[in-house]
Amino acid sequence: MIEFLTQPWSWWFSGILIVSIMFFLLYFGKSFGISANLRTICAASGVGKRVKFFDFNWRNQLWNLVFLAGSIIGGFIAHKFMSNGEPVQLAEATIADLNALGFLNPTSIQPEELFSWEAIFTFKGFFILALGGLLVGFGTRYAGGCTSGHAISGLADLQLPSLIAVIGFFIGGLIMTFGIFPLLF
Amino acid sequence: MAKSEALSWYRIQEMFRFQSFHMYGIIGTAVVLGVLGIALIKKFNVRDNEGNPIVFYPKAKSVTRYLLGGAIFGLGWALSGACPGPIAVNIGYGYLSMAIVFLFATIGTFIYGLVKDKLPH
Repeated sequence: MIEFLTQPWSWWFSGILIVSIMFFLLYFGKSFGISANLRTICAASGVGKRVKFFDFNWRNQLWNLVFLAGSIIGGFIAHKFMSNGEPVQLAEATIADLNALGFLNPTSIQPEELFSWEAIFTFKGFFILALGGLLVGFGTRYAGGCTSGHAISGLADLQLPSLIAVIGFFIGGLIMTFGIFPLLF
Repeated sequence: MAKSEALSWYRIQEMFRFQSFHMYGIIGTAVVLGVLGIALIKKFNVRDNEGNPIVFYPKAKSVTRYLLGGAIFGLGWALSGACPGPIAVNIGYGYLSMAIVFLFATIGTFIYGLVKDKLPH
């Protein structure tokens, strides 16, 4: 049991858990869409008075903020009690590609090159995280959803707009990975 | 998410390089089961915990906002290795530098709110 809890989980098991969350939320009259929280946070900070997009009853969305808080706690629990300290078992090809860009072999789940304290106190390091965040936040509201809302909930409901969004996700991801990374790293 | 390593920037790179089935497996399993479950919910008019029918709202039909917004999001997803959920989970996991991503994601959302009427939808 301990072994099972501390090893990385298989894709199908996680997929089952994630879709269970979606159904759990549906059962409670909600929906699975995490990026909505970004809009709620903006609204809760009061900017709704000046920007119409944030002028809505954000208190209806408190459940989603609780969900977000819960997911942070989940991450903590997973790290503290359920990890085995080993790095990601990445595909050889990916390791090779990343080496070519200047990334060392993984020693944990996130690259030190981008997420360590040393990295974020450099201009480039901070810029990468900030830009990544801006693109995610802007893009997700423009598209009306992120992975949970479109790729999972939307596709499960056979929504064509969600399929278009997911295609968009990949266009962006591929441009960044193949077009911009070689210039950036 | 943490346990399946969906949090990992490395896994997202693997995904965008099509070098592993892992991320597709996670999302694919969720979608396939989701399609089945939602079909059942609709067929049997399953109700929620308060007795209300579970409803699904069709999304506004268009192409531009989904494609363009999606692409912008995708750029950020590949760069930071995280979408909104994992950003939060990563912070809990101990990667406090993800808080920078979170802060700027919130700012990005704000900027969208400011300029949205000037954007094609």
